[in-house]
Amino acid sequence: MIGEKVVASHPEDSLLRADRLPHIWCPGCGLGAITTSYTRALQESDVDRDRHVTVSGIGCTGRVAGYVHVDSFHTTHGRPIPFATGLKIYNPELEVTVISGDGDLFAIGGNHFIHAARRDAPINVFCVNNFNYAMTGGQHGPTSPVGSNSPTTPAGVSDRPFNLPRLALALGANYVARWTSLHVRQLQRSMQQALNTPGFTFIEILSPCPIGYGKSNGIGDGLDEMRHYRDHCVVDDKASIYDMEIDLRADAPVVLGVFRRDGERKKPRD
Amino acid sequence: MTTETRPRVLTGKHFMNGDTACAEGAVAAGCDFFAGYPITPSTEVAERLAVRLPEVGGKFIVMEDELGSMAAVLGGAWAGARAMTATSGPGFTLMMENIGLGVMTETPCVVVDVQRGSPSTGLPTLVGQSDIMQAKWGSHGDYQIVAYCPATCQEMFDLTVKAFNTADRYRSPVFVLSDEIVGHMTEGVVIPETDEIEITPVRRPTEPPRDDYPVYRPGPDLVPPMPRAGDGYRMHVTGLTHDERGYPAMDPDTHDELVQRLSRKILEHADEIIEYEEVLVDDAEVVVVAYGSVSRSAREAVQQARARGIKAGLLRPITIWPFMSERIKELDPRVKGFVVPELNLGQVAGEVSRHTSKTVRGVNLAGGELLAPGAIIEAIEEVAG
Ligand code: SF4
Repeated sequence: MIGEKVVASHPEDSLLRADRLPHIWCPGCGLGAITTSYTRALQESDVDRDRHVTVSGIGCTGRVAGYVHVDSFHTTHGRPIPFATGLKIYNPELEVTVISGDGDLFAIGGNHFIHAARRDAPINVFCVNNFNYAMTGGQHGPTSPVGSNSPTTPAGVSDRPFNLPRLALALGANYVARWTSLHVRQLQRSMQQALNTPGFTFIEILSPCPIGYGKSNGIGDGLDEMRHYRDHCVVDDKASIYDMEIDLRADAPVVLGVFRRDGERKKPRD
Repeated sequence: MTTETRPRVLTGKHFMNGDTACAEGAVAAGCDFFAGYPITPSTEVAERLAVRLPEVGGKFIVMEDELGSMAAVLGGAWAGARAMTATSGPGFTLMMENIGLGVMTETPCVVVDVQRGSPSTGLPTLVGQSDIMQAKWGSHGDYQIVAYCPATCQEMFDLTVKAFNTADRYRSPVFVLSDEIVGHMTEGVVIPETDEIEITPVRRPTEPPRDDYPVYRPGPDLVPPMPRAGDGYRMHVTGLTHDERGYPAMDPDTHDELVQRLSRKILEHADEIIEYEEVLVDDAEVVVVAYGSVSRSAREAVQQARARGIKAGLLRPITIWPFMSERIKELDPRVKGFVVPELNLGQVAGEVSRHTSKTVRGVNLAGGELLAPGAIIEAIEEVAG
């Protein structure tokens, strides 16, 4: 029967709004695994749970805020960063984390990202990048690789995509990393590091969106994209920013790692 | 740079401009958070608060645009701030996005709009009153908003204080809809003693935090108490239609109930919210409805019309939204008509005509300078017949 409990409880239950499950995400989507990495990072965090705040914008990733059981805000499209900035500036005791998608944070919300990083707003920004506007059905966005198929580009994407770690590094973010939804342990550790790093931190998380991007671009379903991550990802913290471009359709390496952790040097970890 | 730290309430007699009086009203009201973006003719509000808020332990930030400013104001309010911003037409337009979020999530905050000539960039340094309908309907969807229209520097102070109380009382964004003349003119302002300034903070939950606390369960007054982030309620706040728990709900009944309540919590308290001033209205045959800077010319016009033997009166909305419909209906049977001078093409005149069968004569200038009493007197004479 739908809704019948198979097990009495799950280790993640207390950090998820279990009464809101099952979630809305598609089979094969990376968002479930990413949410788990986040809730585990919260669980391991030194910060008291009631001081954690999750803020998201609009889109599939925007729904993460609705599932994590801490104070959580699902705001307007593109605006989670300034909303989070307001929360944190007024009450510096809060540990404020934005989780949102590439379209939300880098198209409609791009200006806020630039300025939050510039002013070193003391918030964490975790961006789930699935290379398209997923919630509305796979239209191309600011991270879609050149040549990608999408309903809004009958002749293929012609504009250059953002390289997000490169952007964040250029803007002076204190912590910059990239992982995928396959690298759940590294991602969780990285999230914990970001939470412990003062100032503005940024993690890009690549995630399969078979519905909006994978299937229409020859990558396949969610499992196929995970295999691609397994076969093509290389962890290289010292990678050149010029080697950080991503095109999952190509037989090319995808560079992951923690590209900057200055913030940790500024404040010794205990 | 001065190291002197002044108190929250600058009790005494001052000679200050309207924007500065607005900023002092905010500080006196306990405002402790401002996020904004400079825009003429409201910039002096921000400049004053940049100095004053740090003096009283508040936070001040200039954001990258008005989209972000309004989002930051809402974030500040959820962290527990008495939060505000100040802007003018073009910025007000950008803020509409998150004003809608503020309405839907019931977030108290104050937005000051010092109106200038519009549309678009219009007349940045010159007066206008053409944001009246934008204030009412500017963000998408059905909702009721409270907006005050100050006509003097004193009212810039007083109505800013009131706006914070109203925002907290009804958990809603509240507007101070000023204009360039009131914002930029300088006149006497009396700031009362601290204990004479009424401050009614937002109601917080009295129940201790618990996991399934219904953050959106309204009290009998239709307003739910508001927890702060970090209080332990582990709440969810969304611009999606939501149930009492704050969880997204996609059914028509929940949506209708929520949207109806958002309007009802304002309309059912209209008597408490609506304020107006009347001058010689009791026996008036022609009633001039005027607000903001134009009400100053209208006051003079009414006096001059009386001197010419015409029974004219002034009805000045202090609260422009919700509109004083009932008062117009009461006056309808006993007047010959209404004259509505305004620095737009008839936004309030249209509202007046919805509630009367009598003549409604607009006196309109799209903006740029104050309407002089002369044109208003002519209109009064015309309606008097
Ligand atoms: S559309 Fe894509 S991103 Fe959205 S839930 Fe489905 S798979 Fe995930």
